[in-house]
Amino acid sequence: MNYFTLPLEDWTNDFVYDWLIPVMGGFFDSVSSMISFFINGVADLFLMIPAEIIALLFVLLAWKLAGKGIAIFTLIGTLYLGSVNLWEDAMLTLAVVVVATFFSIIIGLPLGILTAKYTVLDKIVRPILDFMQTLPSFVYLIPAILLFGLGEVPAVISTFVFATPPAVRMTTLAIKQVPEDMVEAARAFGSTSWQMLVKVQLPVAIPTIMAGVNQTIMLALSMAVIASMIGAPGLGSTVLAGISSVNVGLGLVGGLGIVVLAIILDRITQGLGNKNKK
Amino acid sequence: MNKIHVKNLTKVFGSNPKEGVKRLHKGQTKEQILKETGMTVGVNNASFEVKPGEFFVLMGLSGSGKSTLIRLINRLIEPTDGEVLIDGQDITKMNKNDLMQTRRKKLSMVFQKFALFPHRTVLENVAYGLEVQGVEKGIREEKAQKAIEDVGLKGYENSYPDQLSGGMQQRVGLARALANDSDILLMDEAFSALDPIIRKEMQDELLQLQSKLGKTILFITHDLDEALKLGDRIAIMKNGEIVQIGTAEEILENPANEYVYNFVEDVDRSKVLMASNIMKKPDVITTWKDGPRVAMKKMEDAGLSSIFVVDKDKNLKGILTIDAAIKAYKENKWVEDVLESDFHTTAPTTPLSELIGLAAESKYPIAVVEENKLVGIIVRVSILSGLVLGKEQSEGMKE
Repeated sequence: MNYFTLPLEDWTNDFVYDWLIPVMGGFFDSVSSMISFFINGVADLFLMIPAEIIALLFVLLAWKLAGKGIAIFTLIGTLYLGSVNLWEDAMLTLAVVVVATFFSIIIGLPLGILTAKYTVLDKIVRPILDFMQTLPSFVYLIPAILLFGLGEVPAVISTFVFATPPAVRMTTLAIKQVPEDMVEAARAFGSTSWQMLVKVQLPVAIPTIMAGVNQTIMLALSMAVIASMIGAPGLGSTVLAGISSVNVGLGLVGGLGIVVLAIILDRITQGLGNKNKK
Repeated sequence: MNKIHVKNLTKVFGSNPKEGVKRLHKGQTKEQILKETGMTVGVNNASFEVKPGEFFVLMGLSGSGKSTLIRLINRLIEPTDGEVLIDGQDITKMNKNDLMQTRRKKLSMVFQKFALFPHRTVLENVAYGLEVQGVEKGIREEKAQKAIEDVGLKGYENSYPDQLSGGMQQRVGLARALANDSDILLMDEAFSALDPIIRKEMQDELLQLQSKLGKTILFITHDLDEALKLGDRIAIMKNGEIVQIGTAEEILENPANEYVYNFVEDVDRSKVLMASNIMKKPDVITTWKDGPRVAMKKMEDAGLSSIFVVDKDKNLKGILTIDAAIKAYKENKWVEDVLESDFHTTAPTTPLSELIGLAAESKYPIAVVEENKLVGIIVRVSILSGLVLGKEQSEGMKE
């Protein structure tokens, strides 16, 4: 099958080393410092607030949005995180998730709305999303390190890349799923496109959009863990430490911490979506 | 001026609609075009007018193009060819802004599956049209409230659509259309999704509302009974074309072609035929000046046992039986002294179904009276033959 040689590897390296880093380096540095500022701010905030208050907030949210059972689970889960001394790590992971999800949503939702409206854009965006979702995450962890260095910034960037597609896709789907007769009714009464969007399409689409947001958060969490390999602080680093020292106990402690955080975030955001349904 | 004037309206769905229109002009049929180009002719050269305050019904089976046609009128679907004049303004040539204004001010629509907004309360749904116009909250809620009361939903303002039954949901749909204060209501199979009893109720209420509010209504249905009941005039559609336009009677009595004939064949005639369709000319009457002897002679000639009496202006005075005539003759009285009045009268527009009961309980013919003048009489046999044969034949029998 080797009919011709495709020097993709060389091209990419040339592109990255000869142009991207020397020419765009300044740009990436400023992006990096902005994200760094952002994430440190969020992390500091989470660490500044006493653990008890955050835990209580989680329990209340879970109770309000997901019911008594989940509230009890949240209480036990947060107590667990504290008792195995993982509270700080959990907050650092949460900070990465929150910041990455924030970017995913502010970019993914409008993009999803636009792709629902413009078929051409959808055709362009769709393969890019496929690319973002299926490309093994380590492949873009490498350039992320080159461009942004080690630490939480490349973690947020790669988490953003991995977690954005469901936000876009579910938003597109949600808008397209708004029943045709409601759209017709809105048009028949003389709505502008904007009125149609904010008064009819978005409110009707919210439950599905929230399902997308939920997926984004879950993917962000799983990626935030992987990103510990490029130096992101948090629960992932505990697991990584467990793996590298063949410490099964430490691995389990960290792994359970991730599961606890995942379930709490999942149930709360799901509850948010269901609440919007009614 | 007509409220809605549709001229040669055509809609072709497909890759090159203009080409489809050309082919239609060349005389190709819908089937040929579909076969040769893969394009579907939705509506073919439809023309009709709706007068102010008229209740105009478009009737056709599914696939006849009626739902497409109603959407061409407010351009939810873009027409391919032809004109739609709303108050004399051609909506097909309007720019985006004028179109939006026309939809806001002149055309309101009611949908088959209600198409209510699930996240809005009844009040917010009804106020939607005013809200997008930028009407201030207090004013629009006041108007919405009035529309809600008009459709009998008072007390449900703060309910959500999914808390209401189908019939109530469609009342919300109707109120939403009424709240806008537009003259024209476009109703797309508005009652088709409702149970028969609720449906009949809604039909009756719609008729009442129309006579109260004087809206111009373009109503779409696949149900002939509904069309006949509601429509001042009815257009029958088949295969994207309008095959006949007329009043219920005109369509029943003179179907334009076999398609319409087959359609109307099974109609319950008692609901459509009116007293005027089956009444006989009261050709044997005695004028006020005739005496009992003349009356007896006339009854004898016509083989009758009673006869209606009118004055010289044809005002109905009463009924004279043969017994009373004989009595008057013997006792040398005037006809007016022995008249009886225990007969039924009815208006020319009374439906046949209501006459059946009247005819059964009276031994005399029913007098058809318009402004106190006798215009015809109905005997029991005309009602029966009217039921069985329809008007044309029953008229034939009378001769």
